Amino acid sequence: MPYRSSRASEPTASQSTASQSTASQSDGSRSDGSRPDGSPPGAPASGRAPQGTGSLISARGLVKTFGEFTAVDGIDVDVRPGEAFGFLGPNGAGKSSTMRMIGCVSPPTAGRLRILGMDPASQGPQIRARLGVVPQRDSLDEELTVEENIWVYGRYFGLPRSVVRRRATELLEFAQLSERAGSVVEPLSGGMKRRLTIARALVNEPSILLLDEPTTGLDPQARHVLWDRLFRLKREGVTLVLTTHYMDEAEQLCDRLVVMDHGRIVAQGSPRSLIEEHSTREVLELRFDADDHSRHLADVDGIAERVEVLPDRLLLYVADGEAAQGEVARRGVEPLSALVRRSTLEDVFLHLTGRTLVD
Amino acid sequence: MTRPGKVARSLATALPLPAGAGMARMLVERNYRSFRRSWTIIVSGFFEPVFYLFSMGVGIGALVGDVDAGGRTVPYAVFVAPALLAASAMNGAVFDSTTNVFFKLKYAKLYDSVLATPLGPRDVAVGEISWALLRGLVYSGAFLVVAALAGAVEGWEAVLAVPAASLIGWAFASVGMATTTYMRSWADFDYVQLAILPMFLFSATFYPLSTYPTALQWLVQATPLYHGVAMVRDLMLGQVGAGMLVHVAYLTAMGVVGTMWTGRRIERLLLR
Repeated sequence: MPYRSSRASEPTASQSTASQSTASQSDGSRSDGSRPDGSPPGAPASGRAPQGTGSLISARGLVKTFGEFTAVDGIDVDVRPGEAFGFLGPNGAGKSSTMRMIGCVSPPTAGRLRILGMDPASQGPQIRARLGVVPQRDSLDEELTVEENIWVYGRYFGLPRSVVRRRATELLEFAQLSERAGSVVEPLSGGMKRRLTIARALVNEPSILLLDEPTTGLDPQARHVLWDRLFRLKREGVTLVLTTHYMDEAEQLCDRLVVMDHGRIVAQGSPRSLIEEHSTREVLELRFDADDHSRHLADVDGIAERVEVLPDRLLLYVADGEAAQGEVARRGVEPLSALVRRSTLEDVFLHLTGRTLVD
Repeated sequence: MTRPGKVARSLATALPLPAGAGMARMLVERNYRSFRRSWTIIVSGFFEPVFYLFSMGVGIGALVGDVDAGGRTVPYAVFVAPALLAASAMNGAVFDSTTNVFFKLKYAKLYDSVLATPLGPRDVAVGEISWALLRGLVYSGAFLVVAALAGAVEGWEAVLAVPAASLIGWAFASVGMATTTYMRSWADFDYVQLAILPMFLFSATFYPLSTYPTALQWLVQATPLYHGVAMVRDLMLGQVGAGMLVHVAYLTAMGVVGTMWTGRRIERLLLR
């Protein structure tokens, strides 16, 4: 674990980071009640998986408006130390606006927001010194090489050059980019750029890593490589906060998540509890040879707890998919195809909002 | 942490803006790193005033002969060299703070990722303006060497033109960057040329201010490059007087306003 081992060997380095960002040391320790770094610098668990019960991120009635448009409409969020927390929702649900507020690059319109116990309005630089940000769109510095990207970014945090260089070597190994260290950024594949963006975001050894749609636009293989890297970080105790409109990503990565729609939180919990609470155990999908699948609603009447009509299929929410399929056959209904599967977060979202996540 | 860094930061945080500028030097460092791979572009900025010096100063100077500058008669090349130095400081600063900054702002989205770190909008403003200023300084320093070799510099006091050129660079870079934050497309840069070119030609650059009728003299004296040219010319011709303070005050005010303005614009654009 190259990333973790760097921690133990650099107590002085991480201290000098804090003292370089304006007055962060005194301000941080005074006002930050939930400061996760209770153990002495250099101790294996420092800064990562704190024992305290306080929230790293706490939002109450958080609102963001742009003119007449309300992007975030009064949400309450608590992110606990060491967990992977997700914002799930379709495009335009307010996820990115929320992430920007948490990243202290967008002032909340109303509500109360505390990050690492600090107020973004007055302590933005001190908070940002302890965040790692992976934006939705890779914003790598294309005029620099791969390793220079990490060096320069580390310097923005006030880290000494020697520390930045050492961490860059470790982080490039973590991101599986060591061989590309000296090459320019432009020709890298999408997956490589994403991993470099994540490596760059880790250069200040952040207490919280913010990832906005980390795998959007990547091919399946690149996504799995990325998920593997994020799992490692999570195991090392890094608190992950991510947004996604992929239900499989949310299920894979998140301990807890909130489902957002139109700027509001419509449900929250662990992926499993959300499915248990808002959906049935199984789903029977029926496709018919029809333009309008609602014509076949009468055929399946009474079989399922709930039926959703999609443009190309009917979804029957049932406890036992096989039994429901048997009942459909017994009634003499003949769909083109029938598929039994387990409920997913997609079903939860469909149930809560009446719409699909990715359209 | 070094002492100058501490001083810079405490100064920066004392100023009335939401974020200080103590980390601005990190952006300068970034620009230097990126510039090392594309150093050739600096060559053009250096040659332009040198070409002007030889065509105007030496070529046309042979026809013009000596000119009267502040009660003293000097060869035309000696008269025009300070103006070209001031103009090159302006051009270098404007080029960097408009074209380059626009690319970083709109296309490379550099400042979006910079603002996710402890750096604030003021750091971005001060960092980029400092960089533009430094580039202007390199241009004017190199030009001074060439001018001295060409015999267009009279005495050692001309060295004072280098800090003067950096003041010009600051004034133009800061207002240039602030203006850039309003630009929508590359076409808008024609307006920059529209402002720069007349200033270059008419700021008592190639002939004394007394050439103009009185009304026009007032107009010319209102433009910033006039003050830059007059300041550098006074220094290089060894005519330092109280009038110098006016030039310094004008350009310093322009630099302060431009820097504050840029910081606020970056904040409004990117920290929404």
